[in-house]
Amino acid sequence: MRLFDPHIHMTSRTTDDYEAMYAAGVRAVVEPAFWLGQPRTSPSSFYDYFDSLLGWEPFRAAQYGIAHHCTIALNPKEANDPRCTPVLDQLPRYLVKDNVVAVGEIGYDSMTPAEDTALSAQLQMAADAELPALVHTPHRDKLAGLHRTIDVVRESALPLDRVLLDHLNETTVKDAKDAGCWLGFSVYPDTKMDEDRMVAILRSYGPEKVLVNSAADWGRSDPLKTRKVADAMLKAGFDDDMVDLVMWRNPVAFYELSGRLHLEVEGTDATHEGNSILRGGE
Amino acid sequence: MTRTPALGALRARLESALDDDARAWLAQALATAAAQPAPSEAPAPQVTASQAPAPTWELRFAQAGRRCGPEHADDARLLLLGAARADTATLTRLYEQGTAAERRAVLHALTHLVPGPEALGLTEDALRTNDTSLVAAAVGPYGAEHLDAHAWRHAVLKCLFTGVSVDAVAALADRARGDGELARMLGDYARERTAAGRPVPGDLQRVLALTEARTEARTEARTDALTESPTEQPAEDPTEQPAEAASAASPQES
Ligand SMILES: [Zn+2]
Repeated sequence: MRLFDPHIHMTSRTTDDYEAMYAAGVRAVVEPAFWLGQPRTSPSSFYDYFDSLLGWEPFRAAQYGIAHHCTIALNPKEANDPRCTPVLDQLPRYLVKDNVVAVGEIGYDSMTPAEDTALSAQLQMAADAELPALVHTPHRDKLAGLHRTIDVVRESALPLDRVLLDHLNETTVKDAKDAGCWLGFSVYPDTKMDEDRMVAILRSYGPEKVLVNSAADWGRSDPLKTRKVADAMLKAGFDDDMVDLVMWRNPVAFYELSGRLHLEVEGTDATHEGNSILRGGE
Repeated sequence: MTRTPALGALRARLESALDDDARAWLAQALATAAAQPAPSEAPAPQVTASQAPAPTWELRFAQAGRRCGPEHADDARLLLLGAARADTATLTRLYEQGTAAERRAVLHALTHLVPGPEALGLTEDALRTNDTSLVAAAVGPYGAEHLDAHAWRHAVLKCLFTGVSVDAVAALADRARGDGELARMLGDYARERTAAGRPVPGDLQRVLALTEARTEARTEARTDALTESPTEQPAEDPTEQPAEAASAASPQES
């Protein structure tokens, strides 16, 4: 079974996670740029973070046989802090990089005017850079947030079929599907979505354009949720091909819209004696 | 820009490895880079670097992986830097704003484009990372020429620590020859590994042998002396360390 986690924050995870993910079948991940839990106070800390998503993190992933790509953006939460918004001016130079396969995560957090500005500006940047966009839907006031998100995308230069709407659930999936977007579901231990609800949604709405992710980060989350959903699908009677469609071909198809996806990994021997991660620092 | 002829041969090799689309893209990208006025001829910028839009060839530099394939991107980027006659300021900016792959290409380009030690800071930056591909690029010809003895020895040791083959170390034999301090460091490292019950990297023996080259006669004499009275070895004499480390270096063979 091959698995693609299309939304996971590996910067916050350990090498044990990479090892367990590989053992579970994960061969590719996309890491969206997001909030780190501790608010940033200057653009420079964004640049170091972006550089890490384009340098150290793909190197770490490759040691465990996993292809790592990223999405780059100013996240909606920090778009509200005027100390951080100068990041927007520097985003275009990141969006041309080989490993960047989308603009993201963008979207709404508290639905403020500053978030409106950042979302519109970054949808335009995605269109200019010929990239799709990963747009998350807000945790609070979710359905209203989804409608507002779809409206803003409609007014933008980016077509709806180049947008992945993430963190969907039973109440938001229908409108997102009707709008023609790609449909992302984050499966979490307690919140958002669980394996059985995910299977029920796949039964009701079908597997087309559906992507399942763990969204694992520094909070309570599980980087093996993609595998657990795959197992739940098989148990519920979906066949191998359907699992492969949702867990591999759909995320590949979405991020292929960038023209920058490379799924072969070099230097995959995690047990290699000289591995610089196994050694840690000197 | 003294050593660019080597890039001509590289271009021929790369072109024969690329498919038609990639070859056409590369030809166009190189022409764009070559048409760029050399930094010394360009008018002084009216705006700061962060405000000015990047020149088109720099966009091509970023795109090389997806256009030529990751396996050919390093060479394509190196050729672009050469065609643009990138100076130290440009190379520094591209490194600082680069992905790991782009940084690697800049490190490879230094020996072709920077005659003096003025870009050594980039090599030193790469040697502080734990990305083995950057470490390997940093110990290439530019590092071999300009790193001081202390930094170079630590770079060699870092290769052994991180599993970078010492094949990547340019001018290894020349710089290692007769380097008693390097021999001491290697010996200490071998002892540390052995004490921990861990194998000693195979490359360590190789480098150790190279340090002996110039002092062979003395070392042989010293080894004889040691055989006769092993308890009286003068520990401060670096020339005897190779012999001692060599025995410490192969515990797994006994
Ligand atoms: Zn996220």
